[in-house]
Amino acid sequence: MKRKITLKINGKPRSDEVEPRLLLIHYLRDVLGLTGPHIGCETSLCGACTVSLDGKAVKSCALLAVQADGREVLTIEGLAANGQLHPVQQAFWDEHGLQCGFCTPGMIMASRQLLERNPNPTEAEIRHGIDGNLCRCTGYQHIVNAVKAAAAKAGA
Amino acid sequence: MGTTTAIRTKTYVGERIRRKEDPRLITGTATYVDDIQMPGMHHASIVRSPHAAARIKGIDAKRALETPGVVAVFTGADVKEVGPVPCGASLPGLRVPQHSILARDRVYFVGHPVAVVVATDRYVARDAVDLVEVDYEPLPAVADPERALEPGAPAVHPEWPDNVAFTYHQEGGDVNKAFAGAEVVVKQRITSQRLIPTAMETRGVVADWRAGDKALTLYSSTQIPHLLRTLVAMMLGLAENRLRVVAPEVGGGFGSKLNVYAEEALMGFVAMRIGKPVKWIESRRENFAATIHGRGHVDYFELAANKDGTILGLKLKLIQDLGAYHQLLTPAIPTLSVLMIPGVYRFQNVFCDIVGVFTNCVPTDAYRGAGRPEATHGIERMVDILADELKIDAAEIRRKNFVRPDEFPFATATGLSYDSGNYAAPLDKALEIVDYNRLLEEQQQARKEGRLVGVGISTYGEICAFGPSPATPAGGWESGSVNIDPTGKVTVATGASPHGQGEETTFAQIAADELGIDIDDVVVVHGDTAIVSYGIGTFGSRATAVGGTAVYFALQELKKKIGTFGAMLLDSGDVSYRAGRCICNKTGKSVSLSEIAAASYRAMKLPPNTEPGLVSTCFWEPPNFTFPFGAHIAVTEIDRETGAVSVKRYVAVDDCGKIINPLLVDGQVHGGVVQGLGQALFEQAVYDETGQLVTGELMDYAVPKATMVPWIESSHTETPSPVNPLGVKGVGEAGTIGASPAIVNSVVDALSHLGVQHLDMPLTPERVWRTLQQHGGQA
Repeated sequence: MKRKITLKINGKPRSDEVEPRLLLIHYLRDVLGLTGPHIGCETSLCGACTVSLDGKAVKSCALLAVQADGREVLTIEGLAANGQLHPVQQAFWDEHGLQCGFCTPGMIMASRQLLERNPNPTEAEIRHGIDGNLCRCTGYQHIVNAVKAAAAKAGA
Repeated sequence: MGTTTAIRTKTYVGERIRRKEDPRLITGTATYVDDIQMPGMHHASIVRSPHAAARIKGIDAKRALETPGVVAVFTGADVKEVGPVPCGASLPGLRVPQHSILARDRVYFVGHPVAVVVATDRYVARDAVDLVEVDYEPLPAVADPERALEPGAPAVHPEWPDNVAFTYHQEGGDVNKAFAGAEVVVKQRITSQRLIPTAMETRGVVADWRAGDKALTLYSSTQIPHLLRTLVAMMLGLAENRLRVVAPEVGGGFGSKLNVYAEEALMGFVAMRIGKPVKWIESRRENFAATIHGRGHVDYFELAANKDGTILGLKLKLIQDLGAYHQLLTPAIPTLSVLMIPGVYRFQNVFCDIVGVFTNCVPTDAYRGAGRPEATHGIERMVDILADELKIDAAEIRRKNFVRPDEFPFATATGLSYDSGNYAAPLDKALEIVDYNRLLEEQQQARKEGRLVGVGISTYGEICAFGPSPATPAGGWESGSVNIDPTGKVTVATGASPHGQGEETTFAQIAADELGIDIDDVVVVHGDTAIVSYGIGTFGSRATAVGGTAVYFALQELKKKIGTFGAMLLDSGDVSYRAGRCICNKTGKSVSLSEIAAASYRAMKLPPNTEPGLVSTCFWEPPNFTFPFGAHIAVTEIDRETGAVSVKRYVAVDDCGKIINPLLVDGQVHGGVVQGLGQALFEQAVYDETGQLVTGELMDYAVPKATMVPWIESSHTETPSPVNPLGVKGVGEAGTIGASPAIVNSVVDALSHLGVQHLDMPLTPERVWRTLQQHGGQA
């Protein structure tokens, strides 16, 4: 039995009939065509699927689409505003905070939340803040630099 | 036609240029395989063996086929016409098991594909996998390579009861003489454990069959689209020109996608059978069980030396855990270990035996470093063990044995010719960065306070830029094409198929400098057999050194033609090309590249013996490998109570030849070091004695997280390679190769005063804690 969900995706209202067991990540990717968030494990361990739900970074592979009913979802696609990259996106680019790019949308969403909670984090706090997101390419160092750079820019 | 000449002084090579590929990646608009949607697309899910060894007595797919949405189930009986999964490596006497894309009457490892379910929906396909009933008769299995060699061990393949796939011997010099005359011999068994590559994007395939054209398009997350095309075409009996392979955005490979997998041909087969596009996306669990693993060595080393620390010779018995089958390069990987076993040292007497062993595990194959990390780990551990035995400083013993700068090109005992090097330079630099002498004093002080602090050095050499074709299984050249449009915009097409390394940027840097144009006027394309000339791929730290060089030579050819057209347009016999313009050396008049391009395509007038257009392709065959090197130093401290190792400092000084883009080189080093550090401290693929994969998920397999790794102090020396005109060597694997011995040497150093001579990886808290208990070093 499909259920109707009504939610806001990247600022726009949206309504769909979905299977109760449909994962939020599959709803975003397969139904809405928002393929920015990726699936790296389906077990909430890698963080590639991280999106923002009512302002909180969540792993969308560990949530059902129906759990997002009535709520607000922001994906990487909705982060840039008026043609301007979000400062965290810009910093990932400037600091070479990505290589293959697969973890990047989730990593950016996690970093964004980290900076919202702690606008001036130390290196250790940055590492802790992105600890739920795996990256196999960068060794995390340039990601740490990117988060620092985004923080510095916001503070400037 | 301009009369004034604005000279572009900006060059890109050597600059920290941010990447051209990033805008799509940071906005979530890149297209990976799973992002592809097609009208009528079906979804496949694979039934895999839960047993390491079993006979298949029957398969009943009735319930699966009755499920609404399921359109087909195929088993081994259905795919008999499909050719075997290919092994590209050939060794004398190699035993090659028949490797069908779906199991026939027997399964050989947990994760072995048995059947494929095809449905209209990915959830339905996955559900129906559980409804396929396979009647297995479990058989004894063996997962440990040394156990597999024991008499009476279960036979992985019944036709070869000794489980030996091959033996391989290589020697140089006179090792018996070296050992007979040696003042000291040290011996150690050293393992390089099985690792799971864990690219963040799992494998995935979309197959699209157009019956009217008899044409198949395969989108696959691969490092080698052209080789995949040739080999899958052979497997499916397709004419190669009817198969197009696209490697779209590829989310990391590290060697695990340098392969031809059963599922790639299987999806082609399915698409051709059902007449609809089909998608298969590997789950993480499948990725751990059914994508190749790396390493898997048990090595028995003996090192002979004089009391002054001069190394005389080395003996190695190498046991390679191959797994149940040969994937593309499986048996070749340990031969690379043997080739590089002398490392950066001068000794000329080497005697190596490899035994390749079948086990009931997923095959091993190339994983970042592919044979060289194992070799480097071995020789660098042995040098430390020798230094410990002789009470010689770890830096001093290395310096004593280095190949000297005036000995290049240096012929090794294993038949290689090291291109260039100055091995003391990165070591000296690394020692200076850590302030070595003070560090050793601090270590002594720490010991007095009862703290366990270690300093570990690794001086590695590696072989890159694979490679001269005769020395490779599938050709070692690379293709590069440069295409200048009538409007003067430049497209570079490379046969190397990058997947995160950043060649869209580095190759654009090369092209923009050669043509004297803005980097934004260059686009680099790759990864599609329909638009790129045949190529080999990205692996073995070869893309820039071989692929970049092909682009460089294509540009030289094109510049000649640009000069010819420029001379015609300027009506001058004396022209030069710089900063994007062809200039008459006498009058100073010039024409821009776009004016020349337009004239070359318009072709109102052509220079003598010159064709219209500005296109050039080069297939560059390298005359040699390249040999990067470097020195890494790790400072560690051990928690006596828990055995946990913390890395206090990590210094990496790498020499990868000329550096095209320091920002990207640093990124490669960081990522590489963390993968080597992952092996040293955290990662291990564990099979239990029945062949069950215990580390079957990310919950159980410790991929390093941001909090688990140190800040890496990375710097470089630059010794150009004479092998290519760019002077580059390659850097993709350097960090991984240098890191594991630096870390392990450091931890062993921290424990050496307790009598610890060696520890095998991974140095988990449990292993270190147990060692402390055994050596009386407990809290």
